[in-house]
Amino acid sequence: MSYKIPAFRHPNLPRNELGHTTKDYEGAVSTLCAGCGHDSISAAIIEACFQKNVPPHRVAKLSGIGCSSKTPTYFLGHSHGFNSVHGRMPSVATGANMANRELLYIGVSGDGDTASIGMGQFVHAVRRNVNMVYICENNGVYGLTKGQDSATTDLGSISKKGEPNALEPIDLCSIALQLGATFVANSFSGDKTQLVPIIKAAMAHRGFAFINVISPCVTFNNTPGSTKAYDYIRQHMASTNTVDYVPPADEITAEFPEGTDELVTMHDGSVINLHKLEKKHDIHSRSSAISLIQEYRAEDKVVTGILFIDEETQDIHETMNTTDRPLRDLGTKELCPGGAELDAINDLHR
Amino acid sequence: MKPTDTSNPEYFHKVVDCQYACPAHTPVPEYIRLIAAGRYSDAYMINWESNVFPGILGRTCDRPCEPACRRGRVEDKPVAICRLKRVCADMKDDVKARMPEIPKKKNGFKLAIIGAGPASLTVCRDLMPLGYEIDLFEATPKAGGFMRQQIPSFRLPAEVIDEEVGYILDMGVNTHFNTRVESMKELLAGEYDAVFVGTGAPTGRQLKLPGWELDGGENIQVGVEWLAQVAFGHTTETPKDVIVIGGGNTAMDCCRTALRLGAKNVKVLLRTPISAMVASPWEIEDTRAEGIPIVEQHSPLEYIVENGKLKAMRFEVIDYSIDENGREVFTPVGREETIDCELVLLAIGQANAFPWIERDIGIEFNEIGLAKVDDETHQSTNPNVFFGGDAAFGPKNIITAVAQGHQAAISIDLFLRGENVSERPDPSTNLVTQKMGIHDWSYASMVTEEKRHLVPHVDLEEAIHSHTVEVELGFDAKTALEEAERCLNCDVETVFTADKCIECDACIDICPVDCLTFAENGEEADMRRNLTVPALNLGQDIFVSNDLKTGRVMVKDEDVCLHCGLCAERCPTAAWDMQKFLYIAPKPQTALREKAE
Repeated sequence: MSYKIPAFRHPNLPRNELGHTTKDYEGAVSTLCAGCGHDSISAAIIEACFQKNVPPHRVAKLSGIGCSSKTPTYFLGHSHGFNSVHGRMPSVATGANMANRELLYIGVSGDGDTASIGMGQFVHAVRRNVNMVYICENNGVYGLTKGQDSATTDLGSISKKGEPNALEPIDLCSIALQLGATFVANSFSGDKTQLVPIIKAAMAHRGFAFINVISPCVTFNNTPGSTKAYDYIRQHMASTNTVDYVPPADEITAEFPEGTDELVTMHDGSVINLHKLEKKHDIHSRSSAISLIQEYRAEDKVVTGILFIDEETQDIHETMNTTDRPLRDLGTKELCPGGAELDAINDLHR
Repeated sequence: MKPTDTSNPEYFHKVVDCQYACPAHTPVPEYIRLIAAGRYSDAYMINWESNVFPGILGRTCDRPCEPACRRGRVEDKPVAICRLKRVCADMKDDVKARMPEIPKKKNGFKLAIIGAGPASLTVCRDLMPLGYEIDLFEATPKAGGFMRQQIPSFRLPAEVIDEEVGYILDMGVNTHFNTRVESMKELLAGEYDAVFVGTGAPTGRQLKLPGWELDGGENIQVGVEWLAQVAFGHTTETPKDVIVIGGGNTAMDCCRTALRLGAKNVKVLLRTPISAMVASPWEIEDTRAEGIPIVEQHSPLEYIVENGKLKAMRFEVIDYSIDENGREVFTPVGREETIDCELVLLAIGQANAFPWIERDIGIEFNEIGLAKVDDETHQSTNPNVFFGGDAAFGPKNIITAVAQGHQAAISIDLFLRGENVSERPDPSTNLVTQKMGIHDWSYASMVTEEKRHLVPHVDLEEAIHSHTVEVELGFDAKTALEEAERCLNCDVETVFTADKCIECDACIDICPVDCLTFAENGEEADMRRNLTVPALNLGQDIFVSNDLKTGRVMVKDEDVCLHCGLCAERCPTAAWDMQKFLYIAPKPQTALREKAE
C-alpha cells in the first residue's frame, strides 16, 4: 500500500499566474476506497483553484464528519482547515467567515452530514447567505457506517444491501432554492469538464454557493439498481447548460447566436458564459429552476449544470453591516472606543 | 488511432527503455531488483546469459541504457546501471556450478572462430552448450581481444578478463593462441562446417605528416598498438613529454596510461572543441580529474625530428564550426604553436584489414574494405562464413559485439541445421501480475527521491603511479541498494483491460505525472496535443485502449510514467494491473542437435 504519492511530477506541468503547478494544490494521498467519486471532486477542486490562481494560503476548507468530510485532507495541503463535529460545518464556516471575510471558504459535506444530522445547520447557512462554496458530495449512502440508505437515496434505489429504498428522498438543490440560496448547481463527480468551471463560478460568487455533486460510492452504491451509480448517472444525466468561466481580465470576443448563450457577470468582474442547452429555463428564476428539477425527475433524468444564480445579492456581512476588516486586525482603539463613544451610544437610548 | 496491441512483445519491450536501448537487450530492471534483494549471483547470471561479460561491461560498457533511462527524464540523472552491473560481478558467490553443461557427445559440427574478442567468445558461449566443436584462433597469447589489449588495466583489471573469458574457454573450446590465420581459403578447404570472423578492427590509423619518415614510427605510435604493448608488458615506460592526438576513448586511455608509465607532461590535442569530443563524458571527466590538459582546436601540421629524434610537434590553431549541411568546418585562425614531445600517440580512429581473406572464395567486399555482411543474419556472401563485432560493420563497442555474436550464433545454428537463416527465432516473454493483496505489490512500488550515487575512486596519487591499480572502487552493498532502489521498475507494466473500466477517474486523479487521459479517439497528432499534459516526446509511444462504455478511450503517455502502481492501486475494478514483463532476447536452439549423416 502506498501512503505517499511520489514526489516527481510531469516536467512539462503547466504553471498558473502565481507560478504554481497543480502539485501546489494537492494534499495527502486519499484513504478513501479506490474509485470513490469524492476523490474526483477533490481533483476538481484542485484544478479549479489552480486555474483560478487562488493563493493556497488564502483558502479555508471546512468539513464535518463522513467520507466526504475526510476529503479536505486530500486537497489544498497548504491551506487552512477545520474538521468539525458531525453536521456542524455550516456553523463553523459562518463563524469563521464572520471573523475574517477575506478568506475563500470551501465547505465540504456529504448527504448524511448535510441532509440528516446537519440539516438544521445547513438550512440556516443558506438563508444567511454566508459567503462560501458549499459542496455536498452526495452518494446516497452512509459509506462510513457500511452502506445504509441515506436521506438522499431515491425511492426504489437498490444499494449493495439489495433492498429497494422505501422512503422519499430529500432533494438538496430544491431545498437550497426554496431557502433563498443565491447560487445553486448540480453536477457529477465523473464529469470534470462540467464540474471544474462550476466550482470556479461558485468561488467567484459572493454569497452562499451550493453545489450538489453526485458522487458514486463504489463500495456500497455502485450497483445496477442504484440511481447514484456511475452507469445510471451517465445514462440519465441531462445538462441544462455547459459553463465557461472567463476570468475578470479577459475580454469576451466571441459572438453567439441569440438565445443559446447567456453571459453572467459576477461580483468580482469575472464572467460566466452559459451555453444553454435547455432554452426555456431562466437561470435567474428560482421557480423556473425548481420546476426544471421536477420536470426532469418525472422523466427519470438528473438535471445538471448551474440551475440558479442571483449575482446581485448581498452576503451576510453587507446585511449585518459588519466590519470590513478581519477581527484579528482590529486594535484596542477600534474594539474599546472609549467612554465618550459609550456615552454617545447610551444617549441614543435615553 | 487503433487500439494498442500489447500482445506484440515489442510494445512493452519499448517501455523498458534501458533494455530496449541495450544492443543485447539485457533485462536491466530484473537484475537491479535482484541486486536490491542481495541476490548478487542470480543478478550476475541474468547478465551473463544476456551480455556474457558482466564484470567487464560493468566497468567499460558504453552504457546506451543510461541515456535511455526513464529516470533521466523524470529527474536529472539516470540510474547508475553500468556500475550496478559491476556490483553483481563483484559480490557474487562462485558461479562455476551454474554454468551450462557441455555435452560430452558432440553434435558433429565443427567451427573455426577467428579472433578471440567479445564477438567470437559470445559465439563460443552460445554454441558450445549445443554440442558444437570449436577451434578458436588468436594471434596474441591470450583471449579477450579489444577488452584485454586496448582497455588499460586501471579501468579493467586483467583478473576480471581472465575470469569471464575463462568461463567460456573452460567449456572446452580448442584454443590456438599465437596463431595468426593467414588464409581463409585454406581454412574453408579444411574440416570446418562454418567459419566465424571476429577479428575486430585491429589497425589504428596512421597520421603521416611531414617529418614522419624521419622518425619512422619509432616515437610516433598508433595508440591501440601501443596500448596492446603495455597490456602484454612489452612497454613499461614513457619519456617525459607525451602528446596524444585524438578525442575518443582510446585517446583518454592512452594519456592516462602514459601518465602511469612515468610521463611528466601529457597533453591531449584535438581538432574539435572539447564539447564535440566523441569520448564518453565520464572518461573525459576521469582524465581531467587526473590533471591531464585537453587542448582543443589544434590541427597537427608537422612532426619536428632532429637528428632522428622526435623533438616536438607543430599545430595550427583553428576555428571550428558546423555548416548548414551538418559538416564540420575547420578554419585556420592564422596562428601556429609548437609543443615539445618525445612520444606521440595517435588515437584518431581504427580500421579493418583483411589481407588474409582471398578475394576469390565467394566473400564479397564493399567499397570501404569490409566484407558484405547481412546486418541481421551476419552471414557473408559465402554462406559458410559469418562476421561479427568490429570485423563486421566497423568499430563500435563491446556490448554491440556481444549482441552481434548472439545473432551470428543463431544464424550458424540455423544454417547448419539446414534452416532458413532469415527466419529469426522469437524472443521469449512472460507477463505476470504483481498483485499480492488489495494494495500490495511484489515489487518496491514506492519511488525514492535519492540522487544518483557517485562511484568512489582510489586516491589520485596512488592511482597515477601504477597502471594496474583500478581507479574505480565500485559501490559497496549499502550504496548499491540505495542506487538500485532508484530504478523505476519500468518492466512492471501498466496493463489496461478496457471492459473492466467504469471510467471513475480514480487513476487519472491519482497519477502523479498526469500521464493518463480519457479522450475521444482521433488522429495521433491531435490526441498527443490534447492529453492532460501534451505528449511531446515522440520517441515514446502513447497507449490507446479499446473503446470504453462512453465511447471514449483511455490514453496513456508512456514518456514519464513512474510505474508507481498508484493507478492500479486506486482502480476499483482492477482494469489497471501491474504486470511484470520479462523479455528474453532470442537464442540459438537449446536442444542438442546432431549433424545429419
